[in-house]
Order: sequence, then structure tokens, then C-alpha cells
Amino acid sequence: MTEHEAEGTHVKNHNHEDVVLDVDDLNVTFSSEDGPLHAVRGVSYQVRRGEALGIVGESGSGKSVTSMAIMGLLPRTAKVTGSARVLGQEVIGLNDAQFSKVRGQRIAMIFQDPLTSLNPVHTIGAQISEAILTHRKVSRAQAREKSVHLLDRVGIPNPEQRVDQYPHELSGGMRQRVVIAIAMANEPDVIIADEPTTALDVTVQAQVLEALEAARQETGAALVLITHDLGVVAGHVDRVAVMYAGRLVEAGTVEDVFYRPRMPYALGLLGSLPRLDGGRDHRLTPITGAPPSLLNLPVGCTFAPRCPMARDVCRTEDPELVEAAVAEGERNEDPVSRHRAACHFSGDLVSATPEDLFGSEAGKAGASAEPTGGAPVPEAGRGPEPEVGEPEPEGREVLLRAEELVKHFPILSKGVLKRRIGEVQAVSGVSLELREHETLALVGESGCGKSTTARLLLNLVRLTSGEVHYMGQPIQDLSDKQMRPLRRDLQLVFQDPFASLDPRMTVSDIIAEPLRIHREANGSAKRRVRELLELVGLNPEHGSRYPHEFSGGQRQRIGVARALSLKPKVLILDEPVSALDVSIQAGVINLLEDLQDELGLSYLFVSHDLSVVRHIADRVAVMYLGKIVETATTEQLFRAPAHPYTQALISAIPLPDPVKERTRERITVTGDIPSPADPPSGCRFRTRCPKFADGLSDAERTLCVEQPPELLDRGAGHEDACHYSQVVELF
Amino acid sequence: MSDIKSDASNGAGSAGESVDKGQQLTQFQLVWRRFRRHRAAMFSLVVLVALTLFAFALPLVWPYDHGVYREIAGNQSPSWQHPFGTTNQGQDVFAQTMRGAQQSLKVALTVSVMATGFGALWGAIAGYHRGRIDAVMMRVTEIFLIIPLLVAVAALGGNLTGGTTWYAVALIIGLFSWASIARLVRGSVLSLREQEFIEAARASGASASWIILRHLLPNAAGPIIVAATLLIAIAVQVEAALSFLGFGIQPPDISLGKMVEGARTAAFTRPWLFYPPGLIIVAICLAINFIGDGLRDALDPRQTISRR
Repeated sequence: MTEHEAEGTHVKNHNHEDVVLDVDDLNVTFSSEDGPLHAVRGVSYQVRRGEALGIVGESGSGKSVTSMAIMGLLPRTAKVTGSARVLGQEVIGLNDAQFSKVRGQRIAMIFQDPLTSLNPVHTIGAQISEAILTHRKVSRAQAREKSVHLLDRVGIPNPEQRVDQYPHELSGGMRQRVVIAIAMANEPDVIIADEPTTALDVTVQAQVLEALEAARQETGAALVLITHDLGVVAGHVDRVAVMYAGRLVEAGTVEDVFYRPRMPYALGLLGSLPRLDGGRDHRLTPITGAPPSLLNLPVGCTFAPRCPMARDVCRTEDPELVEAAVAEGERNEDPVSRHRAACHFSGDLVSATPEDLFGSEAGKAGASAEPTGGAPVPEAGRGPEPEVGEPEPEGREVLLRAEELVKHFPILSKGVLKRRIGEVQAVSGVSLELREHETLALVGESGCGKSTTARLLLNLVRLTSGEVHYMGQPIQDLSDKQMRPLRRDLQLVFQDPFASLDPRMTVSDIIAEPLRIHREANGSAKRRVRELLELVGLNPEHGSRYPHEFSGGQRQRIGVARALSLKPKVLILDEPVSALDVSIQAGVINLLEDLQDELGLSYLFVSHDLSVVRHIADRVAVMYLGKIVETATTEQLFRAPAHPYTQALISAIPLPDPVKERTRERITVTGDIPSPADPPSGCRFRTRCPKFADGLSDAERTLCVEQPPELLDRGAGHEDACHYSQVVELF
Repeated sequence: MSDIKSDASNGAGSAGESVDKGQQLTQFQLVWRRFRRHRAAMFSLVVLVALTLFAFALPLVWPYDHGVYREIAGNQSPSWQHPFGTTNQGQDVFAQTMRGAQQSLKVALTVSVMATGFGALWGAIAGYHRGRIDAVMMRVTEIFLIIPLLVAVAALGGNLTGGTTWYAVALIIGLFSWASIARLVRGSVLSLREQEFIEAARASGASASWIILRHLLPNAAGPIIVAATLLIAIAVQVEAALSFLGFGIQPPDISLGKMVEGARTAAFTRPWLFYPPGLIIVAICLAINFIGDGLRDALDPRQTISRR
């Protein structure tokens, strides 16, 4: 089926010979205090009419700078050389006035943050009309009519009314659709979308990607989709280009790059990605090290310092992006879409798996799970090996138990009186149990109350009502002072590795701080800090450095070391890897798994990323608008989700596998999460529930509207809160 | 622990230092090393030390003090004996300038240290606790902000024991300048306290005073230092204004502000009366501002780019 798909793409490409965007040897250099910074080095690609090209890379790989250069949006201090032709017209070197005729008209851009890319003081209709009126001589009425049409095309309900609303009246997903509508306004030939869905929740992401697809069909434009998410790329583009340290290192059709990567970096990225369709026993294969500084690039191949197959030539000669070695009969003659890779030894990768190349790390760490060695993806549905010598999860001691946690934040009126005019029901009756040596994942979209729940468990936020027991002892009423001894056992790891470390303290001081607070910083503190640094895989000599000298992944390790300094029993991990690039993320996930085995820790893993959860968790609790809607073991939940929300959530996560991603069954939801200040009556999910919308009779719906569903056990510990729950197998 | 193994994969990511020179240095040494790289600050430090010596050490060897001497002829132009000339009454302006610099430095530094210290702490406590504590503390701050300084001094001045000595003047100026610092610090603390590293400290069981002293104030050091240096300049000027109105340091004692005030009509006819004290005020303010700049950068470990 792979070959067939690939063939289909080629035929399509040959039918559209016209290249609308032709980038050739584009270089961007910024001057900085420390010398020239080569953000983009010799990038060349072409895009044909109606085609979608994905550009993937980690932060700092130059993928955004490339598109900003093409759009002429870089500051004047940036030195741009090379060529970029839009419909044959050279755009590099145009002055601003000349560029304005191209921008918006022939080439349009969609930015990452929908909150800041719309002007808050104009209605959305006025902003779309503005885009039209800038380039066309039409009347205001016509422009408005067109605006309504565009809003309708990108899937905004009631466009007639919405057109007169202001940006703040729309949700993030809606706003991003407005931005897409603006991009479509003049039927451009190229649309560049720079991380268009990164700021959005997964269920909304799916909707916005659909709108983007609609925009492409409506305008016939070529799409350049820039993203760090391999899953998004797999499902929505024809061709992929992988960027690393300012260069394209691999390019080809999605099938070529995903199934037959010929550059170790691309292969490594795929191997370091936790997958929704993979099992827990599959250990990730992170790429060691971090991307090089663009100020101080290594001689030769920029990936060589991290590459396990680097040889002498790699350290002296930078490989060109040339046609990749392919098996007989797979040769693609098309000059635009042919498979290219920048590696001296791409031929050696013909049948390599990520484990072959990057797997040595797993053995070194002494992990329980050995690399599977064979195919990179274990077959879906294979359960984890039962652990020997461990009692079943049900038999283990309950460390942390939460009963009916409720947290309402008051909304106060403005002015002096500050009357209470409402409340945000952040958490509304959450009960959960965390057992010894177990990982419980708490998943949900932003605003569902998962982070608040985590803080309630630690008594960092005061409960409105409910009880938290730690080893049988109720802790919700303890004062800060009484809590202090318990804080040794209950520690927290944060999401943002930049904000969670005091920038003015050395790493040693940061890690030793909990010891000092608990007055344990006697002579052995120094040794303990070194031990901890070593434990989390950092060089113990680096303790005197400051946090900013470390990369994101290393900082997250420092955060883990600090949490471990008091030898806790429970770690509450609040989105610990969501701020990290995939190649780094895998290393931190592996570290967390190793630490759990080594130290017997219990994790409460708060995350929005189901792929990571699938990989690390024993049990999962899914939250929606302050309530748990489903809880089950990881296997049960992913194999047979029962709640419509869980099903939609799993469906919305893009798989980094082009064929699976395009053919799998989906359960989609519409709309956005309602405000927790005014949750819907009865079942809180009913406003977005596909089952409520299509699958129920009026009589059945009444129950959903009137009666909040209880969390009921449907057998084998699988609980869900839906009146009409029905198991659906998605894989 | 003697296993000094260098793990290539871990070390590769961070700054290209192969040898960790910073290993044995204390926090203070690190700050000093970064401060020394700041040229303007180092130069200003030298200037300030020179001014301090001029104000406090030189009077010990100079033949005259700021008083009236019968043997000094009045209204003389600068000479070797009286480098800045003499006044109508027969005072040595050079001696007066030294005395004035001494008084002004004492007042300004005292005001700055007292008001900044108290204001920063007050603001940090209010900002950290928020809610009712914050509301009460900030209302108090606002009272101090809205009372006009001169009116308050007029009311207090006579009643305060030793109303004309430098420390009384410093105390009064300080009493009415901490409030702006408190507001400023509260503002930064309100945003800092939402940072995750504050929550991390709370999750480890840190008390409020621990968090305020170890995390909030150090991280608010930038604006605090800038405000403190500005306050020094303001204090010199306010002291001059108070003296002029008769509430500050009183004759026969003298301050720089008072000297400038007295000689302002003579700026063109007898510039040696006006410029030396005026330039010293400017020099003090500039030097302290640059030192503040250097200190702010030196205290911030992220500022590693060396200035050449």
C-alpha cells in the first residue's frame, strides 16, 4: 500500500509542472555580539501549485527564519542572500513597497499565535476586508460579503454574526481560522503556515488543520507547513523537508522520509517519538546531545557530534544534499520530489532502524526494557510483558488518595468592592488514587483542571472541598509548617525548564535548596548534589554553572534532580516534557522511567500529550472541564476507549505514520471547550459530544442535559462517566 | 567522590568551556569578576573612591575648615592658597566644598540604603502575600506617596531633635522616598511570584521569608539597583532644596546643594563659587549611576557576554 500511495503522489506532481515557489541557495546571517550567526545555510526547495510541503525541525533549526526571509519579514540587520522566486519573480532584495505587492497577494503567511496576530481593536470582518481592499478595487460591501464567505469556508459557524465580532470574543481555534481566512483573502499562490496549530489543543488542532486543507482547496495555493510535529506533517503534506542547524538534511515524499529515512537525524527523530500506536515496552531511542550553537558550528557535518555512525570524513566535510541511495525500482525521477539526503553514508541506512543506530543508550542506562531490536514499531495491540516479582498494581499500597476534590476560584468584580460575581469551577469532584511504584497519568486539554488538581494534591492550592490523604493521613487542613515534613515525600517537577529554575542561583544551589530548607545541608550536601547530577545524567562538574548555560533537556534534568534531593516517594510531574524538542524529550522520558525503576518512585504524570502518556503510564485518568470522564489502565484506555471524549482525544492525536494517519478511523468533535466559569448542565461534554449530536434520540439526550453522569466501573477497573458509553476500538 | 569523568554526551550541549574555571570561586568573587569587566562602572568606582577621599580624608590635612576665618580675605579669586577662592564672609570655598561633599554623600547614601532596603522589603512582602495584606500595606505606601515632602518636613523639622544635623535630614528624606521603591518592587514581585521556581521552592517547603529573601529580592535586583541609584541623585537635590527653604542642614554647616543655591547668581561673575560644588553633585550622581549599571549586570548571571 505504501508503494501505491507514493506512486499516486508522483503522478499528481507530474500533472502540475508549474513551480510556484522556488527557493535556491537561501542563506540568512544575523550579526550578533559574538559574531555572525548563520541561521539558514543554503536552503533550496521548490513547491508546485496545489502541493503541500512540510518543513520539520526542532527549535532553532532555522525553519521559521527561512520563511520569514521569503516573506521579507526579517529585520534589516539580517543578511539574506540567495534567491526565492514566487511565480518566477525574485523576491529577495525587494524593498518594502515592492514586497507589499507580493505579500498577501501571491504569498500569504499564517503565524503561530492567534492571540497576537489579530488586531484587538478591529472587528474580524474589518481585518479580512482590509486584506482584500489592500490588493483589490472592490467596494466595502463586496469585501464584507467575501469576508463572510471566507469565514464560512474555514468552518466558523454563523459567519454573518461572527464577522462583526472582535477577536477577544472568539476562542483560540476560531481566531486561527480567521487568520487562515485572511491568508486566503486574495487567493494567494503560496500559503506559508508557521506552526499554525502549536498553540492549540489537539482537538482544536484537528479542526484548524481541516480549515487549512479547505483553504488550500479553495485557493489552489501551494502550502508550506512549518512544524515541529511529525504527526501533523504525516497527515497533511505531500512532501517533507527536514531541517537541522540551518540546513535541509533530508527531503522527499512523506512516504520516503517516514518509511525510508536516509539521514541519521531523520531516523533518530522518528525513533525518539513516543507513539500512540506503540506499546509501553518499546523503549525510546533519544539522540544524544543537543543541536549545535549556530554561532559555533562544527566543521563538517553539523550532525556529526550527535551521530553514532559519524566517521572521520563527517568531521571534515559537510555533505551535500544529494539524491539518496534507494533500492532498485524505487527510484523517483521527478526533480522536485525525489528523495534527497545530506549524509555521506546514506546508503548504509537502507535497512537501519532507530534502535540499530541510537539504541546503545538504552543498554548503557541499564533499563528494564530492552530495545525490541526488530521493527521500529511494535505491532499494535501487543500488550506489555507482565513484570516479574512485582505485585499487581491493585495490590500495592495507596500512597496518595484524593476524594471529591473541588476547587473553585472566585471571579471578583472590578473596583473597590470586589464582590464575588461568579466562580471558575477549575476542579469539580475529582477522586483518584496513586499507588506505590505506579505511574498514573492525568490527561486533558488546557483548562481542564489537571494542573490545578496536581497542586491540590500537594496542598499548594487550598481546596474548596474534598480530602487528600497521604499514606492515610489527611493533609488538606495542614498549615504550611505542618506540611513541611511531608514535602520531603511529595515533590513536583515543572513544565517549563526555563521558568522553574531560579536564574540567579547556581545549579548546585538549586539542587541543594530543598536540603537547606529542611536543614540537611550539612557537610554531605555537596556530595549529594554530585550524586544527584550524576543520577540524572549530567556532568557533576557542572554544578557551579548557572541554569542559562544548559539546554532545555539538561535543565529539565536539573529540575528532576532538585525534586529528588530529599528522596521523595511521590513525584508529581506537571507536563515535564511538553516544552522539549522530540529528540531531547525521549531522553528525559527514558530518564524518568529509569529513575522510577531504580528508586521505586510513584509518578503522577500530568500531560496533554497522549502519545507520551501511552508510553510512560500504568493507568490513565482523562479529565474534561474539571471532572474525570474516564479512567483505566493504559492498555484498556488506548485499545478500547469508552467515553466519547477519550475517543475524540485519541483520534485527534496525529500519528507520525503517513499511511496510518490518512486511513485511520476518526471520531471528531466540534467547537471549543466551554468556559469553566459556566459549565454546561448535566454531562459537561454534551456540547461537543459527537454521540449527543448524532447518535442519540431526544429522550436519551434529556438524560445527558439533566443528569451529570457518574464515574461507573464497567468492569476490570475501567471506569467512565457517560450515560451511553460504548467501547470503540481505534487501533 | 573522586570519579571525575567527563561525559561527552552531557557536556557537549553547554557553553564551550572545557575547563571549569568558575569551580572554586564564591558567589562574591564571580560577581566581582563580572563587575570588573564593566569599564564605565570600574572607572566610576575609582571616581567615587576619589570623591570619598576628597570629602572625608582631605579635610584632615587641609589648613581650613568650612567656618569663617578672620585671617581669610573675603571675595578672592582662586589661588594656590584657596583653590576655589573665598566667600564674602571669608570662608575657604575649597574647605566648604569638601565639607559639603561629605554631608551630601552621607545624606544621599543613608537615604538610598535606608529607603531602598525598607521599601524593597515592604514591597516584596506586600507583593508576595497579595490579598488583604497587600491592600493594607499598599494603602500605607500611598499615604506616604501623596503627602508633599516639603509640607511634612516643615511640620516635622522643628520637632525633631537635632533637626538640622545630616542624619535627621537623611531620615526625613528617607521617610518619604521608600514608598516609590516599595511600589516598584511590589510590581516586579507580583510577576516573579508566578514563576515556577517560586512554586518549586514552595513545594519544597520554603517559608515566605525564605522565598522573599532568597528568590524574590535577588531576582528583582535590577530595578531595585536602578531605583537606588536614582534615589541618590534625588536625595542630593532634595537636600539642597530643603537647605534652601531653611529646613535642611543649617549654617554654619554646609552642603553641596546649599552652596549651589547660594552661588547661583554668581555663576557668570564668580564661576569658582558655583561650578565646583555643582560638578561634584553631577560627578556623584553619574558615578553612582554607572556603578549601579555595572552592579546590575554583574549580579545577573545571564549577562556573560564580556565587554571588551
